[in-house]
Amino acid sequence: MKSAQIDPVPSVAGTTAVGAVARERPPAAVLGPWPWIRRNLFASWWSTAITLALGYVLARWAVAFFDWAFVNAVWSVPYNAEGVPDTASCRTAKGIGACWAVIGDRFRFILFGRYTYDQQWRPAVCVVLFLALYGISALRQFWRRELLLIWLVVLAIIGILMWGGVFGLPYVPQDSWGGLPITLILATFGLAVAFPLSILVALGRRSRNLPAVRALCIGYVELIRGVPLISVLFMASVMFPLFMPEGVNIDKLLRAQIAIILFAAAYLAEVVRGGLQAVPTGQYEAADALGLRYWQKTRLIILPQALRLVIPPLVNTFIGFFKDTSLVLIIGIFDFLSAGKLVLSEPAWQGFSSEVYLILAFVYFCFCYAMARYSRGLEREFGAAKRR
Amino acid sequence: MSEAGAIPGQSAQTSPSGAGQPAIVLDRVNKWYGAIHVLRDISTSIAQGERVVVCGPSGSGKSTMIRCINRLERHEEGRIIVDGIELTDDLRALDQIRREVGMVFQQFNLFPHLTILENCTLAPVWVRKMPKKEAEELAMSYLRRVRIPEQAHKYPAQLSGGQQQRVAIARALCMRPKIMLFDEPTSALDPEMIKEVLDTMIELAETGMTMVCVTHEMGFARQVADCVIFMDRGEIVERGTPAQIFEDPRTERLKLFLSQILRGH
Ligand SMILES: Nc1ncnc2c1ncn2[C@@H]1O[C@H](COP(=O)(O)OP(=O)(O)OP(=O)(O)O)[C@@H](O)[C@H]1O
Ligand SMILES: [Mg+2]
Repeated sequence: MKSAQIDPVPSVAGTTAVGAVARERPPAAVLGPWPWIRRNLFASWWSTAITLALGYVLARWAVAFFDWAFVNAVWSVPYNAEGVPDTASCRTAKGIGACWAVIGDRFRFILFGRYTYDQQWRPAVCVVLFLALYGISALRQFWRRELLLIWLVVLAIIGILMWGGVFGLPYVPQDSWGGLPITLILATFGLAVAFPLSILVALGRRSRNLPAVRALCIGYVELIRGVPLISVLFMASVMFPLFMPEGVNIDKLLRAQIAIILFAAAYLAEVVRGGLQAVPTGQYEAADALGLRYWQKTRLIILPQALRLVIPPLVNTFIGFFKDTSLVLIIGIFDFLSAGKLVLSEPAWQGFSSEVYLILAFVYFCFCYAMARYSRGLEREFGAAKRR
Repeated sequence: MSEAGAIPGQSAQTSPSGAGQPAIVLDRVNKWYGAIHVLRDISTSIAQGERVVVCGPSGSGKSTMIRCINRLERHEEGRIIVDGIELTDDLRALDQIRREVGMVFQQFNLFPHLTILENCTLAPVWVRKMPKKEAEELAMSYLRRVRIPEQAHKYPAQLSGGQQQRVAIARALCMRPKIMLFDEPTSALDPEMIKEVLDTMIELAETGMTMVCVTHEMGFARQVADCVIFMDRGEIVERGTPAQIFEDPRTERLKLFLSQILRGH
């Protein structure tokens, strides 16, 4: 019982001078900006030299970029009588200033591809819905069974909005979808389905008393890991229809989506398996000894611990696949990246790739950085329980 | 302390439930790990309410034996009957047995992602289907019994080793088991924490719980055990009252073992 009564504060104070007052907390490590800079950037002569050299390069580059991106930039161009942009001013400024006019002129194409122009509010709403879905899913108070329902409802709404053909919305064939909604659809539903699937595969791969399931899971993971995503996409789009009976035609986007799901699930399964292996056997035994059934044990004891352990590699894989969705370009689906590329092949805007790619990269970065930040938050929150 | 169980097998007549049926029967149990024969023809019977201490040198198969009782390990030959139910591959029987048998491990094995209270209510809620409120009241009553109710909302890592082990005992008790298995519950603890855990176990023994305890705490064995089983190289070498085992060892192996642990202490 002794340890239960030990009060941490007096025991610390006991080592100090008699009569010292027990303090609430240790002295805060206050460190202003100057001491920090001194300690980290100018600690010695060579540290100072490197700091100055790097600082110079960085400053030169920053100034040049600022000039190019803002000072000398061309923000808009005139249009001729047919509505074709006259890019002469951009071409004269090339190399000196950015031509942001390409973004201003073509941003709706980059965002929504060849989706019927006057209906583009529909994919726009879809993008907003996706962002709202991410926001809700990120909050832990919404981690309930109802969330699954919300996902299904949002999926249905997005389907209705994108295709139309009901509620007075004109029908828009899937061939003409494009841009950011495609990327978000592929990435979101790809990962949302692949993640649970990967957990099942990882569990299957570790199951000792179901050798057939185990063999199947190993075979699946090794097969998928052994081929490039491009070839899986290609098979899904070109070879798969050959095997289907006459007249049965599964939507091209759906086929790409399935290929991405299968591919991502194999990679995620290996990450999850790593987490499962890191959970000590004592945890399995304690759960068994309490009489928990296999699925109760897995869901309540093993997975919560295993997944917490692998948040960084999981998010790493998520981010990787978010970007890998752009490979659907090779089977003729125009996602966000390929819509940008299409703009660059237009005669008027040929040659302004820096501007377009910069914007594309910025948007990708926003999504990926949000994922990274969120995962760090989760790690912190879960880590709090482990610390003493 | 122990009028019952002076002679193994007779203790069943004095067991509190009076059913006369032994709590645990092991009948010529054999087990191998690969080529190692870890349990050799283990036969013994433990009466209801009996407190059994299992001791023996390292690697003698003590853990393996008690882990066979709730099938954390599978025995390969022989029969194990717990509370009248034989352990087979039948999952329903296994579920039933695990509900009646609580276990405390050397490494505590608390669930680190759950609070102390959640650790204790988990099995009653999911296995016994107890309403959450009721399970929480039950858990608090056991946490009070092991004298740490004030830690209920902390996480295991925030507790000392001795406190964690007492939580582990409370967690097992929340299932209201008929039998408790302890596998070296104090071996991972600092000396000053051993006593608090042993005190908890002594209190538990006084309630009449059937207990099987692997331990080298000879003081504890003398105080609470009805019977001591000495194992060596996968066999039960001697079984008797603490007095018989510690003061009057009959085999050379037990004499050697006792001289070693006495030197160690
Ligand atoms: N999972 C396993 N695989 C292979 N051999 C094992 C395994 N577990 C235990 N053994 C072996 O079985 C024998 C008995 O082990 P057991 O853990 O039952 O001994 P113990 O009496 O509990 O020892 P200790 O006092 O060290 O805990 C030992 O020789 C050990 O090496
Ligand atoms: Mg052991």
